[in-house]
Amino acid sequence: MESLGVLLVAPMNAYLEQELDRRCRLFRLWETPPDRRADFLRANAASIRAVVPYAALGVDAAMIDALPALEIVASFSVGIDRVDLARCRERGIRVTNTPDVLTDDVADLAVGLAIATLRKIPQADRYVRAGLWKNKGDFTLTTRFSGKRVGIIGLGRIGLAVAKRVEAFDCPVNYYQRTKQAYPNYTYYPSVVELAANSDVLVVACPLNEHTRHIVNREVMEALGPKGVLINIGRGPHVDEAALVAALVDGRLGGAGLDVFEDEPNAPEALFALDNVVLVPHVGSATHETRAAMADLLLGNLEAHVAGKPLLTQVV
Amino acid sequence: MAPSANFAGAADAGKPLVLLAQPLFPDLAAVLDGRFSFASAADADAGTAAEARVLLVPALVPVSADLVDRFPALELVVATSAGVDHIDLDACRRRGISVTNAGAAFAADSADYAVGLVVAVLRRVVAAEAYLRRGRWATDGDYPLATKVSGKRVGIVGLGRIGSLVARRLAAFGCVIAYNSRSAKASAPYVGIILPFGAGRGRTLRELAADSDVLVLCCALTEETRRVVDREVMEALGKDGVLVNVSRGGLVDEPELVRCLQEGVLGAAGLDVYENEPAVPPELFGMEDVVLSNHRAVITPESIRGVIDVVAANLDAFFSGRPLLSPLQL
Repeated sequence: MESLGVLLVAPMNAYLEQELDRRCRLFRLWETPPDRRADFLRANAASIRAVVPYAALGVDAAMIDALPALEIVASFSVGIDRVDLARCRERGIRVTNTPDVLTDDVADLAVGLAIATLRKIPQADRYVRAGLWKNKGDFTLTTRFSGKRVGIIGLGRIGLAVAKRVEAFDCPVNYYQRTKQAYPNYTYYPSVVELAANSDVLVVACPLNEHTRHIVNREVMEALGPKGVLINIGRGPHVDEAALVAALVDGRLGGAGLDVFEDEPNAPEALFALDNVVLVPHVGSATHETRAAMADLLLGNLEAHVAGKPLLTQVV
Repeated sequence: MAPSANFAGAADAGKPLVLLAQPLFPDLAAVLDGRFSFASAADADAGTAAEARVLLVPALVPVSADLVDRFPALELVVATSAGVDHIDLDACRRRGISVTNAGAAFAADSADYAVGLVVAVLRRVVAAEAYLRRGRWATDGDYPLATKVSGKRVGIVGLGRIGSLVARRLAAFGCVIAYNSRSAKASAPYVGIILPFGAGRGRTLRELAADSDVLVLCCALTEETRRVVDREVMEALGKDGVLVNVSRGGLVDEPELVRCLQEGVLGAAGLDVYENEPAVPPELFGMEDVVLSNHRAVITPESIRGVIDVVAANLDAFFSGRPLLSPLQL
């Protein structure tokens, strides 16, 4: 694979970068100032046959058009909503992602966020560290997680892993997706609003596409209600963020545990003042173990591409 | 839950007499007031003291042998907690006094919180939250990588009501469960290292710690288990190991815990309980590798309702001569 020119769009993982550097001809896009990147791409266009983007920074049509030798986009993420798939199809460019290896991490975090939000774990930590236990007495009561009705939008790999975990907390599992599946223990609702109305905790676990953008809108939040909790471990644009902030501030929605935001790396500052939210900076798959597994899978896709073998996790 | 002043004073005629170790908290008073004749244990007059058969212990107020011995007719001590280390059980045993606890009322919430702490500590949820809320994501970039939960080896110390629920929950996360307990749990579906307390307790707990990435304390605090997690156990758990305590602070040698965390001998900790509550070692306040909460965080409106039900059921059972709902083996 030494001759394969690979463009890495950002420093996303030290191990991945080291292995790409060792096994391929690596181009680091971020080392060139933004205003000179077009020149950089033009100068290396003949060599760059692969691009490695990730969730936050994708590959748009302009970049694809600037790289006539591009053969494969190997994303360091499972979601590829920021890769222009239509343009890739037109050009015959292959696209791979990193499914499965991050499923457990994202599901672990989803359930951890649900518990942390209902039981106010970060709030209790801040309270104790501020010395308030001794001075002001006991922290406010919180709400039980076990037994709560958990509604899952999208019962794919991650959604099913969330379902398996919350079943061990005696939580009834509801779900919505476009097609009903034959899960004997899970209750299907034909719309997100009905799902929210019949759930205490709503978990967004579907891919982001034109059907699912703002799938959690004001109406869904109203249905979830003042005691309901929204958990988003999908993508920020799944949720109408302005409506979410308003619902949380007004108390029309009980709480939220959010790993993703519409304008990352920015999160709405209005949320920072709230005590009923738990906010983490898109760390769904951010463990040493999983990022190494994602890197190995990505490298395996590039190796397979170069060797003319079937790709391991091909999307396009 | 601030105790309310609700002693009835003179015994209500015809209603069963119940001594209170401290005033009832309002939710419990709302259910029990009018059904029993309450009197303060501390201020009981000679007639009341001679006659009283039941002592109700709201929260964790200490019940000493001296207090128990002041009531010659005492037959039952009703606790409102899962752990009863605040009650002198030897004194009760000598006198043949029954003791009931909260039964399973706190089990689900305690287990949920323990799992929440495991995820929060390994995935650094609290530190990542603080990073985001301080605006550092936008200025300093992605938060550093954390540690995976799924697949970790979890050692559960005490596979009772709470420990069993922690085991079931973390097994669903793909964790490998081992435990130690006073007795073998034949029904437990876990690859059990069955390591009894008692003689050689330190050795067996060290073995469990050495084979675990995460150690969750779910056992009762007794003379046998006091400071059972000592420096050697923490060394066995190791520099990447995580200690989670949702039981009692007295199970852990707290000054050693602070030192082990400072020295990197132990990786991280999630602590809901401490040796001298509400005092928390201030050294912990500056540590990013710990997640702290105050003991009462395991209490929810749901669990309080459950405790009230258990307390009322034990009192009703006692006064109508039926078997107690949650008696402890003394």
